[in-house]
Amino acid sequence: MTEKKQTEQTAFQIHRQDNVATALAPLSPGPVRLTGEADQPGLTALEEIPDGHKIAVTDIRAETPIIKYGIPIGTATADISRGAWVHLHCMRSNYDERSSHLDLRTGVPTDSEYL
Amino acid sequence: MDLKTYTWQGYARKNGKKGIRNKVLVVYTVECASFVAKEIARLADSKDVDVIGFSGCTDNDYAIRLLISLIRHPNVGAVLAVGLGCEYVQPEKLSDIAAAEGKHSSWMFIQNEGGTRKTIEKGLGLVKDMLEKLKETPRVEMDFSDLIVGAECGGSDYTSGLAGNTVVGAFYDKLVEAGGTAVFEEIVEAVGLIDLLRSRAADEQAAREITAVYDKAMDYCRSVHQYSISPGNFVGGLSTIEEKSMGAVVKSGSKPVQGVLKVGQTPEKAGLWLLDSTPDPHWMQFGITNPNDNEGLMDLISCGAQVAFLVTGRGNVVGSAVAPVIKITGNHHTYQKMEEDMDFDASEMLRTANRLEPLALALAKLTADVCGGQESKAEKLGHKEYFIPYKYQDKPAKRCGGQTEDAGARQ
Repeated sequence: MTEKKQTEQTAFQIHRQDNVATALAPLSPGPVRLTGEADQPGLTALEEIPDGHKIAVTDIRAETPIIKYGIPIGTATADISRGAWVHLHCMRSNYDERSSHLDLRTGVPTDSEYL
Repeated sequence: MDLKTYTWQGYARKNGKKGIRNKVLVVYTVECASFVAKEIARLADSKDVDVIGFSGCTDNDYAIRLLISLIRHPNVGAVLAVGLGCEYVQPEKLSDIAAAEGKHSSWMFIQNEGGTRKTIEKGLGLVKDMLEKLKETPRVEMDFSDLIVGAECGGSDYTSGLAGNTVVGAFYDKLVEAGGTAVFEEIVEAVGLIDLLRSRAADEQAAREITAVYDKAMDYCRSVHQYSISPGNFVGGLSTIEEKSMGAVVKSGSKPVQGVLKVGQTPEKAGLWLLDSTPDPHWMQFGITNPNDNEGLMDLISCGAQVAFLVTGRGNVVGSAVAPVIKITGNHHTYQKMEEDMDFDASEMLRTANRLEPLALALAKLTADVCGGQESKAEKLGHKEYFIPYKYQDKPAKRCGGQTEDAGARQ
C-alpha cells in the first residue's frame, strides 16, 4: 500500500480478459506497470497516450473486438500492436456510426455543417 | 462490517413508509406561482423546507405523476401547494393527495389570497405551523432493508467506469444482500449490453421489460441520430458508446434485475431495479431523454429513493430537493480540487490493489451516516435543485407480481 513514485507510469486493467488498459496519467514511450486485473506485470508504451485513454495490452488484429470490462466495446479498424494507443483512429463503435466522424484529438464532430 | 449491523433513527409516516428527512415541501403548480413559493421557503429559513414545482400552464400527465410521487415521498411530512389560479395543475388536488397519505397539507391560489405579499404572508404562517407539527413525527429504527437508493452518473470521465461506478456496484450488491432496494438508470447508456442485462433478469417478466425498454432506447438513439456520448467524453479517452455504456452499467453491480420502473413508480419489492427515464414514442415524438443530471436525480427520488448517489468524474456540485445526494468521484484530482462538494473519493481503487471491498464498505458507512441525519456536502451548502419537465411516458402498467402504486395508501 505504498504511494507510487511520480515517475512510474501505470495503466489500470479492469477485467482479466481485456485487451486494453486505461492510462492513469499521460504515458510516454517506455515501461508501463499494469494494475488491476492484469495477467502481466507491465508492457512498453510505443507512443504518447493521453490521460484516461487506452493502451493495447496484447496485439489486436483488424476487425476483431476491443475488449474492456470483459465485453466488446467496439471493433479494431486496423492491426494494433501491444503498447499502442487505442482510440478513434484504430477502432469503431458497433452501433454509433457517428463516432467514426470525430476529430481524434478534440472529439469534435467533423460531419456537422456550420452554415 | 456487515451492512445488517447498521441502524439509524428515521421518521415514521402514517402511510407506513420510513423517511430519513422530515421535510415540508412547497409545491408550485405553474411558473407564475414559483416566485411566491420560493419566497415562502426562503423566509421560512429552515433546512427542512424544500421547493419543487412544474412550470407549464398546460398540464402533463408525466409531470403530475412526478409531483405526486414526490408528495408521497417518505422524506416529506407536510405539503403546501401554491397555484396562481388559472393553470391546469390543481394545487387542491395535490394537497388532498398529501392528506390522504396522512401528511399535513394545505393549498392556496395567489389570485384568491390577494396577490404576492398576502400569499407569502399566509404561506409562511402555514409552513411555520407545519414545521412545528413535524417536530412531533414519531421516530422509528431503520436499517438498509428499509432503504431505496438511487444512482446515476454525470460529468463522467474514464474514472467513473473504473472506480466511481464500480464501487457503487459493489455497494449495491451488499445493499441487495441486506434486503434493501437499489435503482439504477440511463438505459440510453446501455448500448450493446442487451445480452448482459437480459442474462441478469430475475424472471421472464423482467426479461421482457428489459428487452422492451432497451429496444425503445435504441429506437430513440437511432431516430435522433445521437447516442449519449459527447465530444468531451472522447477527449477523455472513451472511444465508443459501448465503452461509456459498460462504465455506466457497472454501477448496477451483479445482482438480478427485478424489473423496469417508470418515473414515479415505487418498486413493489426489494432488490435491484432498472429505471426507464426515456420518453415513450408519442405524437409529440420522443422529446429529450434526460435534459440534465437533476432530472435524473429527481426521477430516482420519484421512485421512493430516500437517498441518491451522483457519480462524477469531472465534478458536479448539485444536490436535490426531497432527498440527500451523495456525490462520489473516482478522480482523485477532482476530489482534491472540489473537496467541499465531494462526499466520497473512490480513486484509491485505481492506485492500490484489492480496494473494492473496503471502499464499498466505507460507502455503506457514509450512506448510513447520511441516513441517520449527517448532512451530505450538497445539503451543507444548501443545494436543493429540482427539474420537472414536460415529457410523455405511458402510465406504468400493473406488474403481475404486485401493485405498481401504493394502492393501500390511496383514497
